[in-house]
Amino acid sequence: MKKLIFLLLLFPFIANAQGLSVGDKAVGFNLKNVDGSMVSLSDFAKEEGVILIFSCNHCPYSVAYEDRIIEMDKTYKSQGFPVLMINPNDPTEYPVDSYDNMIVRAQEKGFTFPYLFDDGQAIYPQYGATRTPHVYLLQKEEKGFFVAYIGAIDNNYKDASAVTKKYVEIAIASLKKGEKPAVDFTKAIGCSIKDARNVN
Amino acid sequence: MKILKPSFILFFFSLIISSYAQIKVYDFEEFEPLLHNNSDTTYVINFWATWCIPCIKELPDFERVNADFKKQKFKMILVSLDFGKEVIKRVDDFRNKRQLSAEIIILDDTDANAWIPKIDKNWSGAIPATLIYRKNKWQFYAHSFSYDELKKEVEKFIN
Repeated sequence: MKKLIFLLLLFPFIANAQGLSVGDKAVGFNLKNVDGSMVSLSDFAKEEGVILIFSCNHCPYSVAYEDRIIEMDKTYKSQGFPVLMINPNDPTEYPVDSYDNMIVRAQEKGFTFPYLFDDGQAIYPQYGATRTPHVYLLQKEEKGFFVAYIGAIDNNYKDASAVTKKYVEIAIASLKKGEKPAVDFTKAIGCSIKDARNVN
Repeated sequence: MKILKPSFILFFFSLIISSYAQIKVYDFEEFEPLLHNNSDTTYVINFWATWCIPCIKELPDFERVNADFKKQKFKMILVSLDFGKEVIKRVDDFRNKRQLSAEIIILDDTDANAWIPKIDKNWSGAIPATLIYRKNKWQFYAHSFSYDELKKEVEKFIN
């Protein structure tokens, strides 16, 4: 029994040292939404996938993408890929990212998707999210949700009209054709995630 | 007495000019050569933004290190990733308010996925982040620095 407990305690650290890679099984969660309800990844089991986005209120890169994220949800919700947004930040460093302020932002912008609070900051490290915004496109397979793409939403944070590569949308198109995305990993400048436990 | 007036004017004029030295905006192609200077100078290249709290928290420590090594073969460049309306003015106002003396430039290149790996292949793109290099010796730090930590790292290069 002692050994089992010891192993169980170690598990989160060995299993997800760097977070998830493309092809890994998605980490489940049960987090509070801005409407007060609890939302789980398993609630979406009937969908084709989920556009999971780690994002927050304060980060200018997140703000620059808000409208595009709303558009993506409107387009892909009916195609089996709804958006799910998680705020991974610790609000003591950025009060703007508090749960109450999340409610305000969701209302002001008319978010059409769940905006969840990673209370205790236990979920984002398991995914390996390092910045906001950070997308994990998940595909529903028989055994659960698996990571199909990790990275940026598109290739121009500043100017939606100047975008030439809509990474997430291209990835979804491939998945719908039964193919793996040709580009399954991209990088972007973003705000580092504020964690109360880090020296950083 | 006649000479005094114009020299006063000139003096104040030069003060104004120097404090409003225009911050230059670079795309990555223009910026990249700054990462490959072949002289014996140790470069500290810090990636930050005015809206990034951990970035601005560490700037006073960076300024102290800059002052410490100024008389040696050393150069610090604070690379702002600010963007949007009147970005030059915003960064300039920030510089004046915080009295930053290190060189400041703005990097504006939206194809981040292409240039991030050229700074460091393991960098996810989160800021703050710092690069220290001297000729071919190159070390990237994807985290913030205290004064002591930064000074220690610079000393590894400069000596």
